[in-house]
Amino acid sequence: MAQNFGRVDYLMALPIILLTLFALGILLLDLMLPAHWKKINALTALAGILFSAAGVVKIQLALNAAGVPGESAFLNSMVVDRFTIYFWYLFLAGAAISILMSVRYLEIEHENHGEFYALLLFSVVGMMCMAAGFDVVLIFIGLELMAISTYVLVGFLRTDRRSNEAALKYLLLGAFSSGIFAYGLSLFYGLTGSTSLLGIRSGLVRLAAAHPYHTDPIAVVALLTTATGLFFKIAAMPFHQWLPDAYEGAPTSVTGFMSVAVKAAAWAMLLRIFLWGLYPLRTVYVALLIFISILTMTGANLAALTQSNLKRLLAYSSIAHVGYMLLGLVALASVAYPAPAFFDGLKGILLYLLVYTFMNLGAFGVIASLRQRNVIGDEMDDIAGLYFRAPTEAVLMLIFLLSLAGIPPLAGFYGKYFIFLSLIESGHYVLASLAVLYAVFGLYYYMRIANQIFMREALDKTPLPISVGMRLALGVSAFATVYIGIFPEQFIRIVNWSLGIAQTPSVASLVR
Amino acid sequence: MPQNYVPIFIFIAFIGILIPVTLLAAKLVRPDNPSKSKLMPYECGIDPVDSSRGRYTVRYYIVAILFVVFDVETIFLFPWAVQFKALGVFGLIEMLIFLLILVVGYIWIWKKGALEWV
Repeated sequence: MAQNFGRVDYLMALPIILLTLFALGILLLDLMLPAHWKKINALTALAGILFSAAGVVKIQLALNAAGVPGESAFLNSMVVDRFTIYFWYLFLAGAAISILMSVRYLEIEHENHGEFYALLLFSVVGMMCMAAGFDVVLIFIGLELMAISTYVLVGFLRTDRRSNEAALKYLLLGAFSSGIFAYGLSLFYGLTGSTSLLGIRSGLVRLAAAHPYHTDPIAVVALLTTATGLFFKIAAMPFHQWLPDAYEGAPTSVTGFMSVAVKAAAWAMLLRIFLWGLYPLRTVYVALLIFISILTMTGANLAALTQSNLKRLLAYSSIAHVGYMLLGLVALASVAYPAPAFFDGLKGILLYLLVYTFMNLGAFGVIASLRQRNVIGDEMDDIAGLYFRAPTEAVLMLIFLLSLAGIPPLAGFYGKYFIFLSLIESGHYVLASLAVLYAVFGLYYYMRIANQIFMREALDKTPLPISVGMRLALGVSAFATVYIGIFPEQFIRIVNWSLGIAQTPSVASLVR
Repeated sequence: MPQNYVPIFIFIAFIGILIPVTLLAAKLVRPDNPSKSKLMPYECGIDPVDSSRGRYTVRYYIVAILFVVFDVETIFLFPWAVQFKALGVFGLIEMLIFLLILVVGYIWIWKKGALEWV
């Protein structure tokens, strides 16, 4: 039987197709470029991201013209709704800023190859499939495409032992967790006979009707294995060990990319699976999520207190942020659908991912610019006295750190605000108090970095050269961090817009 | 249902008989002329007796990965070839896109010199 896809199917995949073409083009173009023209690859990659974003805009226009909130494509294996479009923009923005940060960093490391940008784009292609996937097969393929490209990016400094070690650890744990994840999904397929998230959901509802007094134990095992795989990917606490090593060893611009785009993709996948496919099991996973989120916040905040390596410190801080976001998931999954906590929880997570993209990339950008010919630049001592070497950067770093800590006039505050609000609305007062307490812990270790920047003498007093791309990346990140913090309304409106069809009935109507 | 397993037991019994019979038949028919290098486990040019901690060149891995890539390509091509008529022009175009992506990778490894055995 020949399945002919229509124009709509290809339109919905347009950004993904364009990005793939550009990535392949970079691979071929790189072979023809002489060594001193390698910067063109970065420009090509940025052009690819622009074209892809234009594709997303085209989809948006088409959806508006048709007056529908979303559209399914390729036999319902992908759904492009506002949730998807929101994440697509997020990935493209994260990738663009990472590319700007990478150019000079790679030159210093003498690893200025076109493959870097090609892999970065391929990884974004995988993320876009993850955010759009409504079928576990597509989600899994997207996950693997993203993960395999990222393994190579982590080990991109081929002569650096730390980079190699990080890549190997990341590869082993990533492969292992993908295996567990696939096992859980296969159990769901066995239980419900469907790989579509909607089919899994209706299968679970049927199953619940057949066993009214208890949850089917196989469904619980399937949920646990799937959740373990997902927790590995977002690096929640008992499954986080790969993350500090991978973040420390990877090239700093890749670390920034991983901490925002890869993490956002894992969250998109997690939200899709938990809120669309496994929603009937929510009473089971809420208990699990409460346990995991408390463990994550506690462990990560305590571990971050004692780090002396900047990249490791920010790695633990990013685990702690995952803990806060998990709390939002707790809040939204512990209430029935139309309750305000449901929307505030989801709003909190989505807004958190948005502001986190800019503030964390900015912080990693400053660390990346510390890398000089003879300095690796990721220890506390390397950032000491930054204020006297590069005052603008030091102030920007302070903005990023305060925003990460969640100080009110900056963007980071609003992510935390909606999550704490949803916790209170859903009656989790203890969790809300704990989260606020840990936010204070966070302030301590972020201010430790600020203390080094402003209060200490610089060991090396030469002014820090900053490339144009890095200036642009830092400027955009800082502007977004401050702007979202001062004028949050329009961003909250964007997030509200993206949750327009946050629940299944409306998605079910999309699926033809 | 135990009777559902009857075909499986028949299979097992069949395998149990078939393998000794085949080996015995082959032993009776073939010329028997063993030599030292013929009896080595892997007859592909590498001395098989060595320390298992020993290193060998990374090129083997590249060749192995290339083999896997193009092997999987063939696996995808095969069902398409079987269903060629049913899939029609659509299938042809999809397969050409798939091959195009692989050809880009092929050009890349060629230019990078991964196919040269130095």
